[in-house]
Amino acid sequence: MAELLVPTGQPDELLPTTGSGTKNFGWWGMVLFIGVEATLFTLLLVSYFYLRFRSGPVWPPDGIENPKLKLVLIMSAVLWSSSYPVHMAHHAIKKNGDVKRLKIYLAIGFVLGAIFLALQLGQEYPDIARHEFTPRTDAYGSLFFTITGLHGAHVLVGLLMSAWVQLRAWQGAFDRHHHVSVQNFTMYWHFVDIVWLFVLTTLYLSPQL
Amino acid sequence: MATIAGLASAEQLEEEWHEEPGLGSFLTTVDHKRIGKRYLYTGLLFLVLGGVESLFMRVQLAHSNLHVLDPETYNQLFTMHGVTMMFLFATPVLSGFGNYLVPLMIGARDMAFPRLNAFGYWVFLGAGVFFYSSFVVHKLPDAGWFNYTPLSDSVYSIGPNVDFYALGLIFMGISTTAGSINFIVTILKMRAPGMSLDRMPIFVWGELAMALTVVFALPALTLANFLLELERRAGFHFFAPDKGGQPLLWQHLFWIFGHPEVYLVVLPALGIASAIIPTMCRRPMIGYTYIVLAEMAIALIGFGVWVHHMFATGLPTIGLGFISLTSFLVVIPSGVQIFAWLATLWAGKPILKTPMLFILGFIVLFVIGGLSGPMLAAIPLDQQVTDTYFVVAHFHYVLVGGAMFPIFAGIYFWAPKMTGRLLHDGWGKVSFWTMFIGFNALFFPMHILGLRGQPRRMYTYQPGHGWDSLNLLETIGAFVLALGILITFINWVWSAKRGQEAGHDPWRGDTLEWATTSPPAEYNFENIPTIRSREPMWDQPELGAHGQPVEAGGRGLGGGHNTLCTSLLEAEPEVVVPMPHESPWPLLLTIALFFVFLGLVIRSPFFWGVAALAGVVSTAGWFWPRNQTQET
Repeated sequence: MAELLVPTGQPDELLPTTGSGTKNFGWWGMVLFIGVEATLFTLLLVSYFYLRFRSGPVWPPDGIENPKLKLVLIMSAVLWSSSYPVHMAHHAIKKNGDVKRLKIYLAIGFVLGAIFLALQLGQEYPDIARHEFTPRTDAYGSLFFTITGLHGAHVLVGLLMSAWVQLRAWQGAFDRHHHVSVQNFTMYWHFVDIVWLFVLTTLYLSPQL
Repeated sequence: MATIAGLASAEQLEEEWHEEPGLGSFLTTVDHKRIGKRYLYTGLLFLVLGGVESLFMRVQLAHSNLHVLDPETYNQLFTMHGVTMMFLFATPVLSGFGNYLVPLMIGARDMAFPRLNAFGYWVFLGAGVFFYSSFVVHKLPDAGWFNYTPLSDSVYSIGPNVDFYALGLIFMGISTTAGSINFIVTILKMRAPGMSLDRMPIFVWGELAMALTVVFALPALTLANFLLELERRAGFHFFAPDKGGQPLLWQHLFWIFGHPEVYLVVLPALGIASAIIPTMCRRPMIGYTYIVLAEMAIALIGFGVWVHHMFATGLPTIGLGFISLTSFLVVIPSGVQIFAWLATLWAGKPILKTPMLFILGFIVLFVIGGLSGPMLAAIPLDQQVTDTYFVVAHFHYVLVGGAMFPIFAGIYFWAPKMTGRLLHDGWGKVSFWTMFIGFNALFFPMHILGLRGQPRRMYTYQPGHGWDSLNLLETIGAFVLALGILITFINWVWSAKRGQEAGHDPWRGDTLEWATTSPPAEYNFENIPTIRSREPMWDQPELGAHGQPVEAGGRGLGGGHNTLCTSLLEAEPEVVVPMPHESPWPLLLTIALFFVFLGLVIRSPFFWGVAALAGVVSTAGWFWPRNQTQET
């Protein structure tokens, strides 16, 4: 599909009917949506520290042990490594219009994100809830499950978006000039990965200090 | 022929943009003008509801020891009065003006995301219905509009009242957030060629400041209510101190949102004043740059003053001192605006038609509210009058005086654009003076009663405090104010059919909304105009009821269902954007969401599960392309 140029009505002026990046409304919409989400997570993490520093001298409280790191570091590695194929998927369609690579890289990113979510829901949560604490134990437990759970929900939304982009790719919706959905999904996915850095640092690493 | 050259004929545009009148397009419309009017009318309906609530309260307080209302009903009424006026009247009505006017003022054919715009309205309506559906079971929210814990937790608030509040605000937040993102993208990327940022109308700056404030403030409210519902419904611990929670966490989160909320009501209202004053004074605004900077400064400082709502909660003094300082700082940008308006009035020839009267009334009331504001920013005074009627007087002067009076000015000023007919000026003036006198009789004595110690939110009081006569005066004032509002409503309805014809530019305005017919065609402008001035209607004589001819720089964009995407700073043309047509999905998604929230209130996982599934299907339907291969 070639880039479509249309006359605007001013002499000799032709403009495209699609744009990417800052020349696209959707890009701005996604940037602002991420702004809203980033504010939400920031306030949630600030609330964590607020309750933590208003609590007693020992954190975690109520005899709860420090968070265990082995599993969560594996999960982090899995999640962050997913940003690479997602980036490559966008790159493939933007630079070369390569739909095949787009599909493959999307699928790899999807699998990595799904593994993260499966480990969180299938391994980490049951372990903690069985042996350590639940959201109802105390404020610490509530914060832990609310913050990680909200992040997990965002990973899930990212997976749905990835599946959607995959579907559209199979329908042949994308080429070098038409890939706004890919671009928006990519931004969202990187954002969710970056949020995890702050979640990991706050919830898992900062109590070890 | 026309398509080849990119010229547009009115017939072509008419065919592309026309929405067949009837139920079908009523439910699926994406026209920003129809949506804007809906915001306006629905918001004013909620003004009536919130107003009637306050009249009941005023009757109850007219004299000591009255028992018109029982305490429980009184609690529900003052809570819903606040919730209604803040979230369902002021914010949506100002969004309505923005929705209607921003695309016209910047020379665009619609908002950036037309379906999201429709969705924003439907969700607002859904949230309003959701709040008031609690009335059916007599369980209206009852913990005050700021809903402090522990009063609002599951121990002290057993019924579903607070759940309606918390879930309703999360629901409403979707609408406000979607609307704001839409405003920002529209304003930054859809301005007509040549309308660089420094030529943008101040009203549009006000909407931009409001929308940016929403993006960074509203998540705090959503989060607070989300955490509260987890605590109330799922047994989590965030606010109750026995398991490590902190009641003050609610107050911090609420006011981190709550104070910017006050400004996001006032900022667009200040924008209305700045739109009307130059036109009615027949000269450009003095100090355009300073007004714009002041609006942005107010929006910014608004994020640093939330603790002044918490001066009496025993926080460390050093923090209080800082917040006191920032609260005093707000006076500076506010003063800059007022002096710029006064200078423009002084240098111009003010025409005292109704819109101008409302603006002058607004300036007076806003200055009075602006004087009690810094008094409350002084910690010792604040601690004395916290939770008294002095505070009630202050925020009604800034919010009713600062937002409702400009809104009424806006009705008189822009309704002719929407209906094609002017409102009756004589009755407008009667309405203004009735409202102005009623307002002051209602709210001014509250200063005095507050200093005499009458606490807010008490459903009655004992005789012998010396409060009775002023309270009676306030009640009379409330009814006079209500009468004044009623006169405008009757005037509006009457004038829409029988008023004097307005023509395209009844006030000889300076901005682009007057460069199109009244009411405007569905596509707004035959040609997207090229702008060469901050007051295009005054400096570009070619602009008339039919926009701008091609020879003067107009762009027809080929007559399709298109609008123009331009660059951020200088508004240079970048892309011709095909715009979406009518869609049923925004409404269907809203209905699904409504039942999700209702299911959460009645604690039926099946109910909200099914509704959530319907929501996912609606979202897919929304994004499903009409043309399988088309990706924009």
